[in-house]
Amino acid sequence: MASLYLAPEVRRLALASQGWRGLVGVLALVLGVALGYGVHRVHAVAVAEAEEAARRLAGEADLAVQAIQGGMAESLYPRLATRPEVAAASPLVELEAKVPSKGPDGRERLRVLGLDIFRAAELQPVLAALPEPTEALYPDRVFLNPAAAAWLGVGPGGTVALQSGMGAVTFKVAGTVDLPGQPLAIMDIAAAQGAFGFLGSLSRIDLRLKPGVDRTRAATALASLLPAGVRIEPPTARARQVAEFTRAYRVNLGMLALVALFTGGLLVFSSQALAVVRRRPQLALLRTLGLSRRELLTLLLAEALVLGLAGSLVGVVLGQGLADLLLRTVGADLGSTYLRGLAPRAGVDWGMAAAYVALGMATALAGSLAPALEAARASPARALRGGDGEELSARRPSPRTGLFLAFLAGVAVGLPAVARLPVFGYVAVALFLLAAIALLPWATGLLLALAARLPLSRWVAAQLGLAQLRAAAGQVSLSLAPLVASVAVAAAMAVMVGSFRHSLEDWLDRLLPADLYLRTGGPGDSAFLPAEAQSRLAALPGMARIEFRRSLNLSLAPDKPPVALLVRTVNAGTPDSTLPLVGPWRLPGRGYPEVWISEAMPDLYGWHPGQIVELPLEKGALPARVAGVWRDYARSGGAIVLDRDAYVAASGDTSANEAAIWLAPGTEAGEVAREIADLFPGGRVAVEFPGELKRFSLSLFDRTFAATYALEAAAVVVGLAGLSASFAALVLARRREFGVLRHLGMDRRAIAAMLAFQGALLASVALVVGFVLGGVLSIVLIQVVNRQSFHWSMDMQVPWGPLAGFAAAVACLAVLTAAASGRLAMARDAVLAVREDW
Amino acid sequence: MIRRLLLALLLAAVYTLAAAVDYPSVVAGRPLSFPRDYGSHPDFRNEWWYVTGWAKDAQGRDYGFQVTFFRHRPGVAEDSPSAFAPRQLLFAHVALTDAAGGRLHHDQRAARGGFGLAEAQREDTAVWIGDWSLRRDGETYRTRVEAGDFALALDFRPTQAPLPEGKGGYSRKGPLPRQASYYYSLPHLAVSGRVAVAGQEREVTGTAWLDHEWSSEGLAPGAVGWDWAGVNFKDGGALMAFRLRDRKGATVWSAATWRDAGGKVRTFAPGDVVFTPRRRWHSPRSGADYPVAMGIAVPGLKLELEALLDDQEIDGRRSTRAIYWEGAVRALQAGVEVGVGYLELTGYWQALKL
Repeated sequence: MASLYLAPEVRRLALASQGWRGLVGVLALVLGVALGYGVHRVHAVAVAEAEEAARRLAGEADLAVQAIQGGMAESLYPRLATRPEVAAASPLVELEAKVPSKGPDGRERLRVLGLDIFRAAELQPVLAALPEPTEALYPDRVFLNPAAAAWLGVGPGGTVALQSGMGAVTFKVAGTVDLPGQPLAIMDIAAAQGAFGFLGSLSRIDLRLKPGVDRTRAATALASLLPAGVRIEPPTARARQVAEFTRAYRVNLGMLALVALFTGGLLVFSSQALAVVRRRPQLALLRTLGLSRRELLTLLLAEALVLGLAGSLVGVVLGQGLADLLLRTVGADLGSTYLRGLAPRAGVDWGMAAAYVALGMATALAGSLAPALEAARASPARALRGGDGEELSARRPSPRTGLFLAFLAGVAVGLPAVARLPVFGYVAVALFLLAAIALLPWATGLLLALAARLPLSRWVAAQLGLAQLRAAAGQVSLSLAPLVASVAVAAAMAVMVGSFRHSLEDWLDRLLPADLYLRTGGPGDSAFLPAEAQSRLAALPGMARIEFRRSLNLSLAPDKPPVALLVRTVNAGTPDSTLPLVGPWRLPGRGYPEVWISEAMPDLYGWHPGQIVELPLEKGALPARVAGVWRDYARSGGAIVLDRDAYVAASGDTSANEAAIWLAPGTEAGEVAREIADLFPGGRVAVEFPGELKRFSLSLFDRTFAATYALEAAAVVVGLAGLSASFAALVLARRREFGVLRHLGMDRRAIAAMLAFQGALLASVALVVGFVLGGVLSIVLIQVVNRQSFHWSMDMQVPWGPLAGFAAAVACLAVLTAAASGRLAMARDAVLAVREDW
Repeated sequence: MIRRLLLALLLAAVYTLAAAVDYPSVVAGRPLSFPRDYGSHPDFRNEWWYVTGWAKDAQGRDYGFQVTFFRHRPGVAEDSPSAFAPRQLLFAHVALTDAAGGRLHHDQRAARGGFGLAEAQREDTAVWIGDWSLRRDGETYRTRVEAGDFALALDFRPTQAPLPEGKGGYSRKGPLPRQASYYYSLPHLAVSGRVAVAGQEREVTGTAWLDHEWSSEGLAPGAVGWDWAGVNFKDGGALMAFRLRDRKGATVWSAATWRDAGGKVRTFAPGDVVFTPRRRWHSPRSGADYPVAMGIAVPGLKLELEALLDDQEIDGRRSTRAIYWEGAVRALQAGVEVGVGYLELTGYWQALKL
């Protein structure tokens, strides 16, 4: 009964005594929650924007008839519009136009939609609300959405030039159209057909069905009318593709945030465990004052919940700020280039915020459960005499648990992706982490035993320090767990990113063998080199060889992003001289043309070498044999390489949008570049040097992974803070011991040296275990997580230099922390320390 | 007249900004020539086929209906090689006044000509947007319209010769000779067919009026709107009268054609045609006040027009951004019904801006 009266007072006391050690655990929770919620918000906003834009454009359409590549014959439009199932049909021409004013290196394109305003108004209310609909009939007018107006810096009355083939067409901006999302220009369908070489063809026909018509049945019936290369699909399939683009990316970053949370949980565990040990007499006193076991347990868990709540709330607020900052600075794509041009604002997602707060609290609760149970179980009479913390280690998990967890992790590694996400890869990461934590006391004991054999250990201070650590191995491994986890994750990420970067450099070298590259635009682009421009180029002086290339978008499945068809010259006898092939390839056979597929194709479409596949070209399907698989870091949605001769024979299309140029000996590359620029004035062709291309690609890579580096650094800092907190706790608990040592004749410097040695020793243990674990995790990241997320392989490459530097930094920080704790402990008089009692 | 209002509003921007396109002028003395003039005249800027009429079902319920097809040549992208080039635009307005149900239903469509989906043929009357159509089949006109909440499947059999308006089909629309249109009417069309409204399909018969008019000219300056009426008299006579109003409601221009039961045609100059509003109805939706009871006087003929239903206002803002009143009316003389027709009241909601 007294306990009821005491409880609030006691709670206040307990919380107050947590001090800054508790804060470190909270800090980790804050970090994990902030990253997790922030990344989630940014992704959710980006996808919502893309979906909203697609939904508003699709309007009331029930179905969309889509050309898989290039266009479809416009005669399909009246055939579909007059079908009995169809209430309204809206024909569309859709293309990505290059904007010459953005300079020859401008990689961004303006999405252009050519539409029949009258038909579109029947399906898309947003288009019926154009300020001056009749303006839309003029062949030289465009309407811009806000993103396009901002990007181009023009408003109504201004002009914008768009590239078409090798020429440029100037349009007058007639007004704005209220469509969110990426930059978009809307113009009359006749204007778009005429200006961009779409005469006689359409990209898409949106359909609204008559009331009561079943959509699935209508889709089946209408599909039978469509020629090869034209597909019928739900109108918002495109938005789903955008979500698809960001999904793997989001999961990678989101899971890193969860690893931060995991580290936070470990920190809460270790700090709570140590606090319980340190406060044992205090807690025992409470028991003798009448607090029951259950009440004590409740009290300790309530403490953890309060900490978890505080940390998670701060985390959510920080995460919201992080999301806003990222959206404003980097953009919704977090530095990748998937969602160019979106400039949304991050709203608050209360449900998700609540979920992350709950997750943070659950982590805190889970972390403090074992220590709280331990404290509640202890006998008050014994505990009042003070504790040594070894009771906790008596119940530490046996190595068998750890081995079993590792075995489970091994099983998870072998499992395939779920819904094209590397779910089991992450399960394996989590299981390996848990296994390492379970094996940590055993590994610590082993490593300390090994350390005892070092000649250094004959030094008295070192012997004392080592003996002290070995005696408290359980407590030591407890305080090491967070550091081990963060070192492991940081090392694994470093190895993965290092391997990726190394493989990317190698890939760029093999893919860019020529001296100069010329580019008019990417796939689905408005700019291309007609045959006449090609012969003019080839006739320039100083050229040893010129190879023309074409890239196109092929849509092979409605729910997947388009696949790039790369048309280039492939030396059939030695394809590996042109392409970075992986695995064996077949030598040319007879009958079918050969295609070489990127690693994503087997994963996404189940294609395999030797298989006969069909490429849906505009003129009809082209059957081809898969000759081999190559590595492609540029297109995670898949790419197919087809020899140019085979493509021209099948399609009759001799145009190109890229050229690789080998120069005659003694020719200066810059001079040829100038000649090419003179040949095509107005910045309509970009000449690129392989060196610049490599630099650009690598800087893009580094920007993409900047967020990852930041996460790694944060994880290690939190891990170190955890270690220093634990260390300080250990040192404080040993104040009496230091007093005794002083009385026995050790001077302050010797004690400080002993502590520094202990710090170095602990850091070494954490680094050894962390690196071994990190190595295992890096294999999981490379072989499972990235392979399943992005469908590409990489050669493992350990960045020894940076890792050594990282290890040295961690060791130095640990020694400094230890020394600082020692100074703190010894600030009080030794005599007082000995006499001090609770 | 509403035809011109609609087009003027809808295409105001086109009118002022159109590239120099040589539209043919409307000139006096060009005789109408049939069947060619039943068909469309795509070189001219504007053209319309306009059917209004009264119908009765077996239970004696009265319906008013309007089926209008507009053709417009915006003079835009005429040299475009694209099959989608907007050389000809087509619009349609349909309305059904259900006297028993006490309300007016209406719907509208707009399309660019081409692909056989929306066309106006030259050879004879055949104009359609999707499954909305008006065609001359032999002597009989047929219209088929599936609108939002009603449907019309009506045939119109001519019982009289075409009535050329103005001087042999040259109809002045303003003080200048070029302010004119080619214009003929077909009064006393015998209506038969079906009307579907509120899920009920009914056989109907009645009398209708068809106008076919084409021109390249804009509006007379100073006009903000106009009143038009076409009346089929019980004795077989027919009257068409219109006036253009200015901002103050004064008449800017007016004209009328009266063919009496004996077939004698009289045309009246501006000074002879008098419109006198008798009763106004206030629209709670738009706030406009329409003279739904109107006195019309020409030398030798005085009529009182009374609306079948006060609320026959059409909100055409979705396609034309204009609200106007177009409705079935009874024609009375000394309180006795002598005929039925249609009255059109425009420019009462907002003045035109040309």
